[in-house]
Amino acid sequence: MFGLEKKDWNLLLFVAALVALAPFILNPFPENSAMAQFNAGYPDLMQRFVIFGIFAIGFNILFGLTGYLSFGHAAFLGVGSYAAIWMMKLLTMNVIPAIILSVIVAGIFSVLVGYVTLRRSGIYFSILTLAFAQMSYSLAYSVLTPITGGETGLQPKVSDPRILDGAIADGTIPKANLFGLEMGASFDLSIAGWVFTFNAGYYIAAIVMLASFYLAIRIFRSPFGLMMRAVKSNQQRMNYTGLNTKPYTLAAFVISGMYAGLAGGLMVAMDTQAGPERMFWTASGEVVLMTILGGAGTLIGPVLGAGVIKYMENILSKINSDILHGWFAFMPDGMEDFTVAILYPFIGKGWHLTLGILFMLVVIFLPGGLVEGGQRIRALFGRGKAEDKPSTEPAE
Amino acid sequence: MGILEVKDVGKRFGGLQALGDVNLSVKENSVHAIIGPNGAGKSTLLNCFVGKLIPDTGSVTFDGQSVLGRTPYEINQMGISRVFQTPEIFGDLSVMENMMIPIFAKRDGAFRLQAIPHMMEEKDIVEAAEKQLVDMNMADKRNMHAAAMSRGDKRRLEIGMCLAQEPRLLLLDEPTAGMARADTNNTIDLLKQIKDERDITIAIIEHDMHVVFSLAERITVLAQGTPLVEDTPDNIKGHPKVREAYLGEAA
Ligand SMILES: Nc1ncnc2c1ncn2[C@@H]1O[C@H](COP(=O)(O)OP(=O)(O)OP(=O)(O)O)[C@@H](O)[C@H]1O
Ligand SMILES: [Mg+2]
Repeated sequence: MFGLEKKDWNLLLFVAALVALAPFILNPFPENSAMAQFNAGYPDLMQRFVIFGIFAIGFNILFGLTGYLSFGHAAFLGVGSYAAIWMMKLLTMNVIPAIILSVIVAGIFSVLVGYVTLRRSGIYFSILTLAFAQMSYSLAYSVLTPITGGETGLQPKVSDPRILDGAIADGTIPKANLFGLEMGASFDLSIAGWVFTFNAGYYIAAIVMLASFYLAIRIFRSPFGLMMRAVKSNQQRMNYTGLNTKPYTLAAFVISGMYAGLAGGLMVAMDTQAGPERMFWTASGEVVLMTILGGAGTLIGPVLGAGVIKYMENILSKINSDILHGWFAFMPDGMEDFTVAILYPFIGKGWHLTLGILFMLVVIFLPGGLVEGGQRIRALFGRGKAEDKPSTEPAE
Repeated sequence: MGILEVKDVGKRFGGLQALGDVNLSVKENSVHAIIGPNGAGKSTLLNCFVGKLIPDTGSVTFDGQSVLGRTPYEINQMGISRVFQTPEIFGDLSVMENMMIPIFAKRDGAFRLQAIPHMMEEKDIVEAAEKQLVDMNMADKRNMHAAAMSRGDKRRLEIGMCLAQEPRLLLLDEPTAGMARADTNNTIDLLKQIKDERDITIAIIEHDMHVVFSLAERITVLAQGTPLVEDTPDNIKGHPKVREAYLGEAA
């Protein structure tokens, strides 16, 4: 259906169901229970899940298919954000022009960066992309302050021209909207002790994410997807088979850059501000982690990886020592303090440590990422045989 | 005029004169073997035909056009396919996908951005790849991971990938090296069959004299980077200089 094989169609439906029901799935604990802090079903975080999902899906088109490891993809995300916020300042607070422009601008920027960096491969390519991203970051921070707002970044202001929008009342801030539907608009559904929040911005981002995911599936299965996997496998054979690898890798680079720009534009649509820290190298590294953690070269892996990392970043980091003491209060005093002392480095600000350990475990024991873990579990229960032709089609 | 004309080609690697004044003419629709002891410069010569190396001196023309200075993919698109001394295939892909890629390259040229249709919906490509797999006796390996095959099978796949492009000139660098006797004989039969069925010129480097004498119509003997003699197989067999330089140690 829609040009997809049955298997891929099922995968898309599965992801669509997850995304549509996320407000329920992510809020499994009643509002006032002790476990409520593990609830991730609030708009802000749900939006981040899908936006970083898009970022990682796009990154995977480059890294997962061609094997070119970019360490500077956050630059495209940042550029997309700036483009979006300027569109909001100058034209309209409607998110559509902003998102379209962010994709276009990131696309153009990635043509330039890709043209230069793809002259090298392997580690040299990675270093070149890193250098480009850091340069962009520094420029945004300093020389380009007139267009980037420097350290403080950019926000829409009442005084902005917004030539398509009518004037707004003094003292109010312009809000991002889709033909009048504000991104921040939410409605709460309370059932017994549970509260589920349905947010307009989240669902708009989710629809964009599903479209991006669908497009990625098509790309994976297309002749172009085949060529990109061939690039990863043996460039020499490609050249002697009459194929020019340069435009293939550049196309993959630009497509993934446009995905990053789309994610950047959506970020602005959800939270109308943009700053240079979005381009910092750690942000580029994060999407690499997401993709590898979930399973590079698989379709759903990057989305899973983005979800796990964003969950840890937002939930694990909020646990503090008081909460730990609360959990272990049933223990004798000395033992309680001891347990808390052991666990404390892994929570709160220490969530990076937990992420690092998880990442190492996955890379060592599940080189195919969380997707491989899922496949092994399925094989264990006898459903769906383990892939016997690992390469014919990328795994789910 | 041959389809491939090599004139005064020389190539140095540092102090080593790998090729010195090689002159060679490969006639269209013939099988031309290049033989010679290890290190004679056979692979180096082949590398000069496909854009992997640029000779220091001389010229190489294919069908009247110079190949020097062109990239490997451009030369392939002119109609020259090459099988390597160690098999070069797409190890991470399935056998079927390996076979489809050269056919895409033949149909769509060096680059075509076709990112939306499903690759298996390209019926003409799928059919041609399937037919080539059957011809290569590999249809049962269709879904196998190419890297997981035996060396002989990889070689056969690589030959099949080159043949699928229907090249005008096929360059084979020791195509039967590392193959079992039965596989070698299959390869000879396959190449004979191709030669009878199609308009194709084959230049083959080979150590296995059985292969050379079963296939070749002309043989050039290369020693220390220069052609010693060029003649028909029968004459080469009896040639005293060749016996001395090469066959003497092999026979
Ligand atoms: N890229 C290179 N750099 C330096 N020397 C090289 C290079 N390629 C080949 N040579 C040298 O040139 C000479 C000819 O090598 P070549 O590979 O062409 O021999 P060959 O006839 O194919 O031998 P074989 O039968 O072993 O394949 C050898 O001495 C080799 O070491
Ligand atoms: Mg050789």
